[in-house]
Amino acid sequence: MRYDVFFAGYGGQGVLLAGNLLSYAAIHEGKNVSFFPAYGVEKRGGSAMCTIVFADGDTGSPVVGNPSVSVLLNQLSFDKYAAKVKQGGICIVNSSLVDCQNITLPGVEIVLVPMNQIALDLGDVRMVNMVACGAYIEKSGALQRASLEAALKKALPERNHRLIPANVNAMEAGAQAARG
Amino acid sequence: MQTGSPEKIFVKGNEAVAMAALEAGCHCYFGYPITPQSDIPEYLSRELPRLGGEFIQAESEIGAINMLLGASAAGVRAMTSSSGPGISLKQEGISYMAGSELPGVIVDVMRAGPGLGGIDASQADYFQATRGGGHGGYRIIVLAPASVQEMYDLTMLAFDLSDIYRMPAMVLADSVIGQMKESVTCGPRPETVLPPKNWVVRGRAAGEPQNVVKSLYLGDGEMEAFHWKMQARYQELADRECRWEEVHTADAELIVTAFGSTSRIAKTAVAMAREAGMKVGLMRPITLFPFPKKAYAALSERCKLFLDVELSTGQMIDDVRLSVARDADVAFYGRPPGAGSLPTPEELFEQIKKNYRAAA
Repeated sequence: MRYDVFFAGYGGQGVLLAGNLLSYAAIHEGKNVSFFPAYGVEKRGGSAMCTIVFADGDTGSPVVGNPSVSVLLNQLSFDKYAAKVKQGGICIVNSSLVDCQNITLPGVEIVLVPMNQIALDLGDVRMVNMVACGAYIEKSGALQRASLEAALKKALPERNHRLIPANVNAMEAGAQAARG
Repeated sequence: MQTGSPEKIFVKGNEAVAMAALEAGCHCYFGYPITPQSDIPEYLSRELPRLGGEFIQAESEIGAINMLLGASAAGVRAMTSSSGPGISLKQEGISYMAGSELPGVIVDVMRAGPGLGGIDASQADYFQATRGGGHGGYRIIVLAPASVQEMYDLTMLAFDLSDIYRMPAMVLADSVIGQMKESVTCGPRPETVLPPKNWVVRGRAAGEPQNVVKSLYLGDGEMEAFHWKMQARYQELADRECRWEEVHTADAELIVTAFGSTSRIAKTAVAMAREAGMKVGLMRPITLFPFPKKAYAALSERCKLFLDVELSTGQMIDDVRLSVARDADVAFYGRPPGAGSLPTPEELFEQIKKNYRAAA
């Protein structure tokens, strides 16, 4: 089985960390992984995106034109990338920042998750990427929740390990919101 | 300096190069920062001194390549790395190393050019790398990794081939392979039999005759003899060291050919074509010098249509055309570097369909 997912947002939303986290989780499950980042020269505020491909065998192209699942965290990335989601695929949208009135993507399942609001309710908007990861694993079924917990230990520097329970909560909240 | 481990780790292509250098016993690194390869000096500045090696951030790329020449003349394994603009600056030193028959590993993580260009993925330094970018008529070994795993494996191989054939070896990567992260296994240094370095500069202290490392050949017929000796060595390299990967070529009616990151995208496009019932294969050269000419010639005995894909307006295509049979056609699809110019597998699949239909 080969899975691909595209994450995009603005710099500072934790798009690359989310991609790293999913990569570590896939490695934890014995998969081969490619993580292809692209980001602006700005530290914050520019655009940030990454494509993660994981498979039992060869991961093939690190670049994906029509992703099976896209997780779009702001208006700009929604406008630019929503139409590229593959037919039969899933588009997970951060409805806190994307204008969701009258959006239609024929042949694509749209999942609206108010990611910023959920993260704020949990105490810190910076957990928006964890909410997004939770929504992704819930809708894709591609990775086990336990693998993401294990991945947090690898993706986060040691000094931040005390924050792991809060991040796990945020993922859980994201999954729940995606379940609807 | 052992870093090899059987466990799968998750690292950037550039980091894999640095890790392989340590495992290969690279004792000295000289470099100057430039995107998109700065992770290599960053990693080695941290790890190499701890393992007893020397890391020097040179005053310039020209300084770095001449330090590489010096370290190599003294007999140690050494490496430098840069990207297009810096590699151009190094060409004089690379020519002197080639003229002095000195080994040494040069990593080029290509970016867009000419001039200062930009940091997008590019494969436009193919000519510079494979034709010997400096003056005087020489070639260097050029290896083209297509994955983070190969960044590790081919860096290791570059050290061995460079020592065996006494010429500089280049790892020609691009910003996609350098910046992306993949799961890799960092294996131990292979047990390769290497020739003794009985030519190193060692002084006369031990009472041994003096060795001279130089690229100045003024004696009667000396320069010509050097050129024919090197020509024979390039031939030996071509006979023994060509490496390539073929996918679904046995019954292919169209063979896509690409190197480095582009070949990864092409491989998925080929899989899409196969799923659609089209007989399409992939030929990926791993050594760009020596170029696997015989392998292309053999493939073109049966398959008469090739599609060359590059992140440039077409450079490797010259070698493909020189290698295939006269009655084989070579089509081209190029994306010169620029923001968003990286082709997708879907885009290459369209090109496959277009050429496949035209042939049928």
